[in-house]
Amino acid sequence: MRPARGGIRLHLEDGAEFSGRSFGAALDRPVAGEVVFNTGMAGYVETLTDPSYRGQILVLTYPLQGNYGVPAARPAGSIEGPFESGRIQVQGLVVQHHEPRYSHHAGVRSLGAWLAEEGVPGIEGVDTRALTMRLREAGTMAGVLCQAGVTPGDARERASAVEMHRQVFEQVVPGDPARYGPEGGPEVLLVDVGAKDNIVRSLISRGARVHRVSGLEPFAEAARDAAGIMLGNGPGDPGDLQELARELRGVMEWFRGPIFGVCLGNQLLAMAAGAGTFKLPYGHRSVNQPVRDLVSGRSFITSQNHGYAVDEDTLPVGWEPWFRNLNDGTNEGIRALDRPFRSIQFHPEAHPGPEDTAYLFDAFVEECAGP
Amino acid sequence: MRRTVSKAPPKPQSVIVLGSGALQIGQAGEFDYSGSQAIKAFSEEGVRTVLVNPNIATIQTSEGMADRLYLNAVTPRLVRQIAADEGVDGVALSFGGQTALNCGLELEEWFREAGIQVLGTPVKSIRDTEDRGRFNARLAEIGVLTARSIVCHRRAEAREAARTIGLPLMLRIGFALGGKGSAIVDTEAELEAALTNIFGAHDTKQAQVLVEESLRGWKEIEYEVVRDRENNCITVCNMENMDPMGIHTGESLVVAPSQTLNDEEYQLLRTVSIKTIQHLGIVGECNVQFALSPTGADYRVIEVNARLSRSSALASKATGYPLAYVAAKLGLGFTLPDLKNAITGVTKAFFEPALDYLVLKAPRWDLGKFQEAGTRIGSEMKSVGEVMAIGRTFPEVLQKALRMLDIGVRGLDSRAFEFEDRDDELKNATPRRVFALAQALREAVEAGRVPEAVADIHALTRIDPWFLHGVAEAMRTEAEVERAGWPIPEATLETAKEQGFSDESLEFLTGRTRGEARTARKEAGVGPHIARIDTLAAEFPAETNYLYSTYHASGDEGVGLPAGDRRRILVIGSGVYRIGSSVEFDWCCVNAVQAAAELGFETLMLNYNPETVSTDYDICDKLVFDEVSVESVLDLVEKERPDGVVVSMGGQIPNRLAMRLHHAGVPILGTSAEDIDRAEDRNKFSALLDRIGVDQPRWAHVTDAADAERIVEELGGFPVLVRPSYVLSGAAMSVAHEHHELARILRKAKAISPEHPVVISKFEEDAREIEIDLVANRGEVVLWAVSEHVEDAGVHSGDATLVLPPVDMTIPTLGQVRRIAQQIARELRVTGPCNIQLLHRDGIVKVIECNLRASRSLPFVSKVTGRNYARAATRIMLGADPGMEHRPLYELEHVGVKVPQFSFSRLMGADPLLGVEMASTGEVGCLGDSFHEALLHGLVATGFRGPKKGVLLSLGPPRWKHRFVRTARTMAEELGLKIYATSGTCRVLRDNGIDATEVARVRSEQRPLGAGFDQPGPLSALDLIDRGEVDLVVNVPVAFDPEGRPDGYLVRRRAVDRGVPLITDPSLARHVVTALVTHGEDSLRARAWNDFLEA
Repeated sequence: MRPARGGIRLHLEDGAEFSGRSFGAALDRPVAGEVVFNTGMAGYVETLTDPSYRGQILVLTYPLQGNYGVPAARPAGSIEGPFESGRIQVQGLVVQHHEPRYSHHAGVRSLGAWLAEEGVPGIEGVDTRALTMRLREAGTMAGVLCQAGVTPGDARERASAVEMHRQVFEQVVPGDPARYGPEGGPEVLLVDVGAKDNIVRSLISRGARVHRVSGLEPFAEAARDAAGIMLGNGPGDPGDLQELARELRGVMEWFRGPIFGVCLGNQLLAMAAGAGTFKLPYGHRSVNQPVRDLVSGRSFITSQNHGYAVDEDTLPVGWEPWFRNLNDGTNEGIRALDRPFRSIQFHPEAHPGPEDTAYLFDAFVEECAGP
Repeated sequence: MRRTVSKAPPKPQSVIVLGSGALQIGQAGEFDYSGSQAIKAFSEEGVRTVLVNPNIATIQTSEGMADRLYLNAVTPRLVRQIAADEGVDGVALSFGGQTALNCGLELEEWFREAGIQVLGTPVKSIRDTEDRGRFNARLAEIGVLTARSIVCHRRAEAREAARTIGLPLMLRIGFALGGKGSAIVDTEAELEAALTNIFGAHDTKQAQVLVEESLRGWKEIEYEVVRDRENNCITVCNMENMDPMGIHTGESLVVAPSQTLNDEEYQLLRTVSIKTIQHLGIVGECNVQFALSPTGADYRVIEVNARLSRSSALASKATGYPLAYVAAKLGLGFTLPDLKNAITGVTKAFFEPALDYLVLKAPRWDLGKFQEAGTRIGSEMKSVGEVMAIGRTFPEVLQKALRMLDIGVRGLDSRAFEFEDRDDELKNATPRRVFALAQALREAVEAGRVPEAVADIHALTRIDPWFLHGVAEAMRTEAEVERAGWPIPEATLETAKEQGFSDESLEFLTGRTRGEARTARKEAGVGPHIARIDTLAAEFPAETNYLYSTYHASGDEGVGLPAGDRRRILVIGSGVYRIGSSVEFDWCCVNAVQAAAELGFETLMLNYNPETVSTDYDICDKLVFDEVSVESVLDLVEKERPDGVVVSMGGQIPNRLAMRLHHAGVPILGTSAEDIDRAEDRNKFSALLDRIGVDQPRWAHVTDAADAERIVEELGGFPVLVRPSYVLSGAAMSVAHEHHELARILRKAKAISPEHPVVISKFEEDAREIEIDLVANRGEVVLWAVSEHVEDAGVHSGDATLVLPPVDMTIPTLGQVRRIAQQIARELRVTGPCNIQLLHRDGIVKVIECNLRASRSLPFVSKVTGRNYARAATRIMLGADPGMEHRPLYELEHVGVKVPQFSFSRLMGADPLLGVEMASTGEVGCLGDSFHEALLHGLVATGFRGPKKGVLLSLGPPRWKHRFVRTARTMAEELGLKIYATSGTCRVLRDNGIDATEVARVRSEQRPLGAGFDQPGPLSALDLIDRGEVDLVVNVPVAFDPEGRPDGYLVRRRAVDRGVPLITDPSLARHVVTALVTHGEDSLRARAWNDFLEA
């Protein structure tokens, strides 16, 4: 059945256009953002609330979305799952088929209703496979969602968009520092530029106490009291976080505890160590990325969401690659040879995706707890 | 970091691969797929392969597959002999279903002593998964939840366990295949009845039963998991059963990936799967079945299959990930990151497929073919085949799948069936439940109360509302199309096509005639597109050749002209397996594709059956996994423009499309569509036979039931054979012996009319049936082989025991058959395969039927003669020479016997009687130096065990009682069997000096199941079977019992239920006895097919 609301379009930077039907929030004003795709088959609640997607228009390649609905909203200040932050982070959502008649014991509203509540527009009826092939071939590019009949130029001019160099980070960092977890547990300083809530949950469920602070503020002081430092994931280009990297480099000179980075945290650690990053043609956004632990030889399936990667060739002396992607050979993790500083490009906290590398949190929290 | 790495085992030089034997319910074509993949994987690594599989109709038993082939029973005795003779140093147990696994488990110790390495999953791990008690204990070690259950060996224990856990309960029997012998009991009475079935009325039977908490109504979810020796693990696919727990997964509609699980649930079960198989130490592939609570994240592991399974075949086809192939490589010691993703060529085997489509599997049942069989489906598997539909929405794949079943429905048709008590139908599922859903939801659409109806139906069925809403969506469209009428508005037309409505369905709903919907949508520019399956949702460029069609795609992928000046052919596959059409036609299709490829053609394969080799993407240049219908073939042909289409290799489904495709301008290869029609149309064919002077049984059309009696009179009286036109596997065919029976049959045939006439022909008694398979080139016979039925005429050719070359036929008769076949081939200008069925009696030969397509017996004929008829036929159809010389039958120094496999034990209540309706689910073909040796090999391969104690004889018609005397004497004197006989038979035997014990006639009301051997009075036949006093039953039915169901039914049924070999044909019984005397089951030796053919 076609919704009464009429056709809308997704225009890509390269001139391609995809027509579809509006769902979620009404598209009163065009929205623009980098168009990225994710090939995971379940987990849209987790994905849509992942701050790493801030400012982007997300394409889900699995054709049926919304099957199990969306749970009730969590109270303000809560970090409960399956939400990974307090809001939907994407600019817009592109699907083949939105299922308004969801079915799940935890579901209380449809995906479309949730998008509407949060003011996020969706487009359905798009051949998302064809769109994905386009993005794969031409590389990630900017796009704009607008009503049919609006010219792409006009749409881009009027569109709401997130400024991706500074604003994007400001929109996802925590306002005030917050503490979670049991009193008396080893304290982990979470340097947050858009970290998923499940990083916090993964740490506290292992007995750590988490001090969550904004990565856009100086954190060296806070690090004095921490047993370990966790560098979280986040959106945007790590190149725009030079200041944070410098701050981190300073801390690394004296910090004796373990440092553990995830995703953007991997790139930050690399930058702090003196290595470079580069933009991947269309990123890794899926829950089926195979990586190999170069130390143990074991391989794992991981959840990933990143558009930039660490350039292994620029790793300075004293550092080595830790994990590598089995598909394209790009770096998936680095570690320092003489200090307990290490990071990975994938998401051991999963949500969505496989939990096979959750053991990395075990190791980190154990190290924080000390002998 | 912790490392759990086992050392790479030494690579074996020579591996014995155990096959699964004949197709039967619960174990079908999927094991041809897995075995074939394994053989390929081993051969690539330079490992010599020895295959043991008596299923002669499979691809894996074809030339060019295994280095050495044994068409022999997969029994410990023969496998040991073969392994020793061939000097193998490795054995693969996990590619031949439960048959191979069980055989391997029995030989574990011997393998160890002989230094033969079991590849892949260690035997200990297999045992952990097979023994319920051990299984639960092992999983408890790592805190993985299994259903609360107690293993019991006695009735009292089971009662106690039932009290502990509480009703309702699931009862399972250990080491069972396809859920055989499992049951859900809700009440004390049901519990007692089930326990009686398991332990016998007097608790005399040895059995292991698992009394388990019932999880009925929980979601049933499966994961396909792969692990290598270095502990790397992936889950290739998960699947969700639409029918919740309580209905066997083989009986369920199944979708992949899961649809109603959120990420938390998906990952919970995934993590548990991996944890489980790491703990169990699986190396290779396995299937983990879960029950998942619909109200919270609570689960139970139901089962782990430590081998390739039906589900893993489905998962392979659903994702494009070659599970069997990878499992075989892992068995050789490779690790997942070592191996390439064979379909993409760019990524590794260590990854998890991402789907950008969904699939739905639907089972096909043939319960209507069995008299007395129940129609309910439940925790035991009864289906005989399955289909898989690919698309992007649930209504789309459901409608496609229902059409693929070939049961005469146009899709999710709300009017397909009438239900006396629809709520009962919904609550107690039968194969028609999904149509009851459609009907109920269509009414709800009209009444504007879909949400309420969904809630009501969910309460009755426990089917997740998500699926019900999907059905309702299609019903809304059905209503909208009907309301809109013709012409269908473009938006509605698009929606309908996206939801999987066929052109034919739209024509039906709007009262249009055939072809109008196609024309209309062409004008509106509405058509399907071809999309690719690439295992990674387009993330990486992967030029795969695995395709499907959908109305949701916006453009075609993978479509285009063949490279250079190559010509392209399309082979249409056999579709769903059902009784009468299964793996043999897949063999024909794969051979056709291979033959065409050898001649330089680009090959395109169309099929939708996930349990086939033809749907392996590495068989052809392009695989289109889609419907086989006029609509889908025309859509495909318009895009791909093949130079020729093969319809004669996939059995009746493609064959019957010939005429319409021809009229639509599709180039049909081989015999012309008009000539196919001349053979299929009874009037035309009969006139043709008359014209060329070939005899046929007398027959007539009945267009009005009132004329039937007169027509029978004209034909020369009863008995007569009654059948509708255009039949396959004797559907709705039956024999009438007198007036009342005829009237009853005609009533069953329902609407008899000039458009739907019924054919009545003289039924020839005491005649022999013969088949000739031939390949002709423009009417000239190039290859031919004659097989003979061991049974008397009247047994369906698919149920008959076939022998090649014939052993009971004179040379002049053979000459006549040859001449008649040539005459017919010339008359019909046959180019390609042809099969003619004939009768002979006293030197007179009559033609019964002629099919201008590959027959069921083609692989048998090909492998016995060493001449590949399918390849020769394909070469000829493509204008080449046959590529081989004819081998005259008299040059054969061996005999081949094809023995049918029945699955009566799985069809509770079905009368295991052979007749003109086909009932067998599979077959084996074995070779021997003599007919009797080959026959005995064949029987053993279908599960027959020679009698050691006693035999129960009940010989039906008087003439048979007398003819059987000599055989009975042999049984008593040479086989040392005690003879029991029913009164009439006993009298004749005693009159002839044979010591026989009379047993009572049996009446069901006097002797209910399991009751009575300790009661006073003479023993009944049922008692003997229950007590294990007889280990062979020969029960020849009287032709017609005017009182209704004969007593014989109870005896036959009891024999099947107790696993006692049963023979119902006297000719076959005589030969079996001869074979036992001359060869002896225990002295049978296996001999390689290669050696027979080279001799």
